[in-house]
Amino acid sequence: MRKLVTSPAFWRGAVSIVVFLALWELGARSKQWMAPEFFTPFKELLGAMGFKKDYLPWIGAVPAPSGVLEAWLAVLDQPGYWQSWYMSLFRVLSGFVAAMIIGIPFGLALAVSRVANGIGFPVFEVLRPIPPLAWVPASIIFWPTQELAITFITFLGAFYTIVINVLGGARSIDVRYFQAAQSMGSSRWDIFRRVILPGTLPSIVVGSAVGMGITWEVVVAAEMISGGGSQQAGVGGGLGFFIWNSYVGGSYEQIVVGMISIGIAGFVSSELLRWGGRYATPWLRQR
Amino acid sequence: MAETAIRPRIVPGEILVEGVTKSYGAMHFRKDVVQHCSFKIERAKLTVMVGPSGCGKSTLIRLLAGFEQPTDGRILLDGAPVAEPSRDRLVVFQETALFPWMTTWQNILYGPRARGELTRESLAFGEFLLAKVGLQEFRDKYPGQLSGGMQRRAELARAMINNPKVMILDEPFRGLDAMTKELMWEYYSRLYEENRRTNFFVTTDIDEAVFLADRIFVMSNIPTQVRATIEVDLPRPRKLLDLFESDRANDIKKHALSILHAEAMRSFSRGSKAAADFVDAYLKRAPRT
Repeated sequence: MRKLVTSPAFWRGAVSIVVFLALWELGARSKQWMAPEFFTPFKELLGAMGFKKDYLPWIGAVPAPSGVLEAWLAVLDQPGYWQSWYMSLFRVLSGFVAAMIIGIPFGLALAVSRVANGIGFPVFEVLRPIPPLAWVPASIIFWPTQELAITFITFLGAFYTIVINVLGGARSIDVRYFQAAQSMGSSRWDIFRRVILPGTLPSIVVGSAVGMGITWEVVVAAEMISGGGSQQAGVGGGLGFFIWNSYVGGSYEQIVVGMISIGIAGFVSSELLRWGGRYATPWLRQR
Repeated sequence: MAETAIRPRIVPGEILVEGVTKSYGAMHFRKDVVQHCSFKIERAKLTVMVGPSGCGKSTLIRLLAGFEQPTDGRILLDGAPVAEPSRDRLVVFQETALFPWMTTWQNILYGPRARGELTRESLAFGEFLLAKVGLQEFRDKYPGQLSGGMQRRAELARAMINNPKVMILDEPFRGLDAMTKELMWEYYSRLYEENRRTNFFVTTDIDEAVFLADRIFVMSNIPTQVRATIEVDLPRPRKLLDLFESDRANDIKKHALSILHAEAMRSFSRGSKAAADFVDAYLKRAPRT
């Protein structure tokens, strides 16, 4: 721990964050120390260029970090905020776990079996370019509950990435490993278990970490579009709905609180996955 | 440790290659990589095949190992046709083909475990081989944590635990630095002298061939055929210094080089790029790639 605090990398990171916050604070407060007349020439210029005169994009419209912190402290003891965390996390995890459970065997089957590949791959390749968010309306119609609909969308977000990584990873295993295993008397099952599976594991880890990131992107958007699946207005609709609700309610600080919460959630879950991945693939450590 | 008690009996095999042709592509795109190739890998002898890189040696190895079938002709091990990969004919690959996700010990035990033969005897033999290749301290390390020379030794142990009738080595010491490579020559030839298995060793390196071989096949460029057979009657056990001091070794080397030279000129006259590299490698003694 002491080593971490004294390392240059730590200080560079700290400086980067502090400078970012300071500039943000300064920019956000500019509306207090900059007179509106200051902007008049710019507005005139915009008007001359044929744009709407009265609107100028300016960071002054964004809440300042100090205000955000205040709003954050205020929501910390509101059960609705934690409920949002819980809802989003639950959807992400169930979608992600389902994507792993279905995606890993599916990817492996595509890689090892010519028949499975012939049957499964064309459909997979046609469905893959469809963005998960394009599935939202169809998903709401199809699934009996909104909860399932959102979970299905997050599942799709992770599924394609995991399958593609597993397939690519299994395909790129050196052919000599198969030849060596075959020569030494391995059965097909033995080769699958002791060559293909561990050989694909690094790709599974990478695919999962990337898939987890996409899951967070997708769950938030799905919640915004579908209304979060909440029964009471404003409570327990997930972080995406929390943001949307703050926007509708005019609490701009809370929007940023929601955004940062998602950032933290995504970072922590990816980091946990990477940490687990390092344990699953000890041969890639300490080169 | 009582060696004989641990070590299974070695049964060296003999491989006969009869008029083997291997071609790729079809119709008029068809190309014979190996053409009417015949030779015999003699029982309990160390046979070295030498030829320029890209001359089809690796194709021959895939055929001998049973990874591919010849287009024409046949390959017999002790009279039985070679149909599929088997522990009887184990290949030690170029660079290394140790499983990166297994420790040294797990790699060595791969064969017995795959065949469900993980008995007390095979474990003891594994221990014996681990000691033989000097990797006891690296038993629980992964291949990525071993040096190049250690990886090759681990791979030799992984092959020997299966007690193959023929060991096939495809440029196993390629990519090692000069010093390590020479150490590996001495080490490998000592292994051979102790075991007297049938060994088939493929290389592009004349020095390596002369130092190791009982018999050298000099190969022609594609299509691959045996251009000449040279008997290496240097006494065993061999020491690296003897190779440089022995007139006999130098004569053999010169003889092999002159055949390769003739082969080079023959291909060169056809004006292919491969032939030009070939001549560079053997006439100017340029570093091999």
